[in-house]
Amino acid sequence: MNLSVLLWGIPQAMRAAARVYPEYAARLKERNLIAQFRLRDKPEGRWIRLDNGRVRTGKGLHAKPDLTLHFQNRAIAEEFLTPPFDLLTRVDAAKNFKIGLEGPDELAVWFMATLARMETITWKAGTDMGDGVVRYANGTNGGPIFVYVKDGKVIRTTPIDFDETDAPSWSITARGKKFTPPRRTTLGAHGACQKSMLYSKARLLYPMKRVDFDPDGERNIANRGKSEFVRISWDEALDIVSKEIRRAKAAGPGAICVANGSHHQWGNLGHYLSAFNRFWNLIGTTRLMHSPDSWEGWFWGAMHHWGNSLRLGCPEFYGTVEDCLKEAEMIVFWSSDPDTTYGFEGARRREWARQLGIKMVHIDPYLNHTAAHLGGKWIAPKAGTDPALAQALCHVWITEGLYDKEFVEKRTTGFDEWKAYILGETDGVPKTPEWQEAETGVPARDVRALAREWGRKKTYLGAGSWGVGVGGACRGPTGMQWARMMTILGAMQGYGRPGSNFGNLQFGAPLDFSFYFPGYGEGSFSGDLAYSANSANNYQRMPHIVTMNSVRQVIPRMWLPEAITQGKALGYATDVGSVQGQFFPVGYPSPGHVPVQMLYKYGSQIFGTMVGGNRWARMYQHESLKFIVNQSVWKEGETPFADVILPACTVFEKWDIGEWYNVGAGYVHHMYSMNNHRVISMQHKCIEPLGESKSDYDIFLAVAERLGLGAVYSEGGTTELDWCKRVFDSSDLSKHISWRQFLKKGYYVVPAESETGRAPVANRWFYEGRKKDTPEPYPLPSDYLGEYLEGIQTPSGKFEFVASTLKRIDDPDRPPLNRYMPTYEDPSREPELAGFPLKLLTGHTRYAFHVMGDDESSSVWGIREHRIEKDGHYYLVARINPQDAASRGIGDGDLVRLWNRRASVVCAAQVTARIQPGVVSAYSGSAQYRPAGEPGRSTDLGGCVNMLNTHKPISSKAHGMRPNTTLIQVEKWTGVDTWQPAETA
Amino acid sequence: MAKKWNLIVDVARCDNCRLCFLAVKDEYVGNDFPGYSAAQPTHGHTWLDIRRKERGAYPLLEARFMPVMCNHCDAAPCIEAARDGAVRKRADGIVIIDPEKARGQKQIVDACPYGAVYWNEERQIPQAWPFDAQLLDAGWTRIRGEQSCPMDVYRTLKVEDEEMQRIRVEEGLEVLNPELETRPRVYYKNLHVMTRCFVGGSVVEQVDGVEECAAGVEVVLSQGGREVGRATTDTFGEFKIDGLEPGSTGYELEAAGSTGRLTMQVDLGEDSRYLGVLRLTAPSPRFREP
Repeated sequence: MNLSVLLWGIPQAMRAAARVYPEYAARLKERNLIAQFRLRDKPEGRWIRLDNGRVRTGKGLHAKPDLTLHFQNRAIAEEFLTPPFDLLTRVDAAKNFKIGLEGPDELAVWFMATLARMETITWKAGTDMGDGVVRYANGTNGGPIFVYVKDGKVIRTTPIDFDETDAPSWSITARGKKFTPPRRTTLGAHGACQKSMLYSKARLLYPMKRVDFDPDGERNIANRGKSEFVRISWDEALDIVSKEIRRAKAAGPGAICVANGSHHQWGNLGHYLSAFNRFWNLIGTTRLMHSPDSWEGWFWGAMHHWGNSLRLGCPEFYGTVEDCLKEAEMIVFWSSDPDTTYGFEGARRREWARQLGIKMVHIDPYLNHTAAHLGGKWIAPKAGTDPALAQALCHVWITEGLYDKEFVEKRTTGFDEWKAYILGETDGVPKTPEWQEAETGVPARDVRALAREWGRKKTYLGAGSWGVGVGGACRGPTGMQWARMMTILGAMQGYGRPGSNFGNLQFGAPLDFSFYFPGYGEGSFSGDLAYSANSANNYQRMPHIVTMNSVRQVIPRMWLPEAITQGKALGYATDVGSVQGQFFPVGYPSPGHVPVQMLYKYGSQIFGTMVGGNRWARMYQHESLKFIVNQSVWKEGETPFADVILPACTVFEKWDIGEWYNVGAGYVHHMYSMNNHRVISMQHKCIEPLGESKSDYDIFLAVAERLGLGAVYSEGGTTELDWCKRVFDSSDLSKHISWRQFLKKGYYVVPAESETGRAPVANRWFYEGRKKDTPEPYPLPSDYLGEYLEGIQTPSGKFEFVASTLKRIDDPDRPPLNRYMPTYEDPSREPELAGFPLKLLTGHTRYAFHVMGDDESSSVWGIREHRIEKDGHYYLVARINPQDAASRGIGDGDLVRLWNRRASVVCAAQVTARIQPGVVSAYSGSAQYRPAGEPGRSTDLGGCVNMLNTHKPISSKAHGMRPNTTLIQVEKWTGVDTWQPAETA
Repeated sequence: MAKKWNLIVDVARCDNCRLCFLAVKDEYVGNDFPGYSAAQPTHGHTWLDIRRKERGAYPLLEARFMPVMCNHCDAAPCIEAARDGAVRKRADGIVIIDPEKARGQKQIVDACPYGAVYWNEERQIPQAWPFDAQLLDAGWTRIRGEQSCPMDVYRTLKVEDEEMQRIRVEEGLEVLNPELETRPRVYYKNLHVMTRCFVGGSVVEQVDGVEECAAGVEVVLSQGGREVGRATTDTFGEFKIDGLEPGSTGYELEAAGSTGRLTMQVDLGEDSRYLGVLRLTAPSPRFREP
């Protein structure tokens, strides 16, 4: 289209929009400005002047424009401005400087957004329910929900019931019965409590500054965590933050470190891998390298037997729901409690298995919720001794010939060496059921009975909370041994054989794996190709400008406190691209970089989830940290350890888009197969942000504008709603539903795969010696030994009973042959542990999502299995056996102190026979931190039980925590705090 | 006869996921529904409570959960106790505590034998779960607890009383404390897991000098010569006989397997009993069958 026509049309369209939409007319009154469109190579163009909402325009060049949008030449301008806009053309023009913007950054962002708003103002969201109620949709970490709004207030949130226009559900016919999942979303508790979190008293509603923090004077760093905060304006807050960023950057590369939680609110835009990473890539920061938290034993251990590095060492899961229901005779849940941590979509499938008479066995020191609900045999080894039990199973299988000999012969290496170890030929100790009984406390007869049943019946091994890894026993000091044993048990029973595989029916629903919608792990509009899975699909499908962090300095997250207070922190890379990637040391300080002096804390508190949290509290008061920002939705225990607080809003107060449990490629490919349906949510902005809170995107944009990066950050004024549309267009959604329909209804159910087109069963190809046929792009082509798609990601291409990659490093914690080594914390070997006789399990919490949902106003606090109220305070529940309670004079509901030399934490006791004697269980999901005295040096009344856990790694050559089976003592809480941390703790 | 609301709660299906509890919080905290209920306080009230019970001992331990809420009794003690018609019975069976008329009437809280009425200190009113009547009246067909439950614990039924009694008999439903004659409209299925006891044990036997789990052993429990229960041990030699009266005594337990048998006397306390490891002893030669 001709340029002069195009330019003439813009002001005409603005006038028309203002006539029809009062909101647009009001927007035009927000700024008075003169914007010039022009060519660079010729004095041609048109100016638009906004004057108290009136649109004036003139051909040619204005003498004094506030803003200039210039184009390299006429052809480029015409291509850029001719609708329908082609994003690839526009992004190409912007990043190759074919177009440019001159003028104040904030004004440029506003003007470009105003132009874009002409289209978006015509869009409509939500369903009118009558009586002034509009039903919106949203997505939470706990699942997709409907949100009922009346008079600007959320009155109700519910699961989504599908209607007759939504795609039909799948069904599975097994042993003469037909099973179909319920047509709705089921939520996690942390999704069902979101209304209470939205209106929580703990919401941060205004920017705040610590009362005794003066950026130009005394900063009173030692008062962090103790002093009060005062409300300040956004202007003042943004001024301070942007000036401090400039000040830190002047010190040199790496002076700023950003620390985010492991998870954020749901949504492709608001996730830390998107809005947060995009911003910080533009600033340049020391990267806080997360360890594979929750995957420890699988990542650092199991991976060496079978690869699967791009699943962090865990196995694939396709087709296993159908195979298990049709073929399996028994499911062994080993440290596996999916009902607690992953919602209830899978619970229905386990109920079907029970109806089919599939036997259940549960191995856990705690009668976990899945076990209590399903019933079956409960085997409770002493905490952390599970690998011994597993080895005794191998002993029975070998001595009684109850293993898959053909699979072992054709698909594995190293079995003879393994067999010799199990039979005691190499170390003189046969790993018999009697041998394990002394270690685990499990009767030898039970182990023989289990081994024979397992060896004779087709069995699914549900290892870890997902059944295919993650959580539980993989997180203790013996976690690597345990996860390695799980792979070995699977190999001895020929995993991939019909009815013999990994899983507990939580993963592997027969969904459509070819319908593309990006998961949060793909980084959305971050432009970050290095530290998200953006490059796999998203970057091709959704044109956006690439961003890169120019700072190379890295701090292993577990040891951020040591980096700050001791100036040094060495770890190993969380590199999923190959098996040997994890052998690379990385650390702080890095060459050519400077020490961290500014910390930007983002999202949920870390005291409750990271180990040894008292170190973190003390770190925050260290003189070297000149400035700390905390950007959060809620006031949590960690929030006051800052100088400036920026209030973010919830998913209900901003636009976003996301698919339920779709984390994208990169670590749990096709994770949505946990669900019975693929549900993609348009995360409606249901209400305006409360108080002066803003979306994370808008906060980063506001800071970016102060630094002249607003137009770059927002790609020329792109709003969150615009980005939602771009995500929609990039996905397969746009082939199935119109944007306007999707925006209005708020969700889309992806049709299930046809029965004949379903994904093949996991590992069957390997069992049968065929090329890989499951729909995951792993291993990478270069990791195949010979023919592409043949064999697995090990040096031999086979399952390795003796892991040859571990022969390439010398790690005493990971010998190539997975021999049994008792737990690290043992008073007989470490005398300073005497007096701490109880083992603490700090699993993932049941009712919150890590710390999200554990808030003073959260309805979750009313659950007496989560917190118990005493004298107006709510204490986290710790479960203790009646014997251990009685010997300490502890009654049900009493306040108790859990302590060792690292921490002292007050909880409320739940006395229960569900936990074995000698073991205490308390979930690591506290969002609170209430030190009785000096922060970091006194008893916590808030329930941060992970403070008790060591920050030593799971192996000396790994960066991974080992929180379970930590030794502690428990006593009744007297109300008087005399506890002090040990010097070395 | 008019159709009325009833609720069936299957105790055996509940695993304390608390989604129903949270749905009640979501519905009532912060929301006034004039004519139905005033807003529930953020904390302290459990209009839908979940009570827990453990039965047995390791390894035969059960953890059981029972949702308890206003029973919407047809002979409701709270209606009796209320003044000025502050509590009323609707024609569809639902009991509503009027938030206006009930102000100051704390005796309504005390009148409920189920502990299902709560006192709102700030507003000085008694409050209970109104069966989500504001939603049912607007066309909903089930309570929010049923909508959110992943385990199908709940069934919301609008049927004539006669039909409900037929379902009650057919499905073996019970109500809480029938002896109080309050005639609840909330019915329970599998209530025995909260109110009754089991005996169980792990039967073992010697095979070639090695202790093994004794599978397939017939276990019979009798009382005064009359059989009251029977079970077969599983792969792990475990058995469980359920439905026994708490505190009942004078049981004889007899187990017979291929390698031997055992008999023992069993008395129950208030709780279920795990009898521990039970060893079959080989029969003496003179009783050996030819």
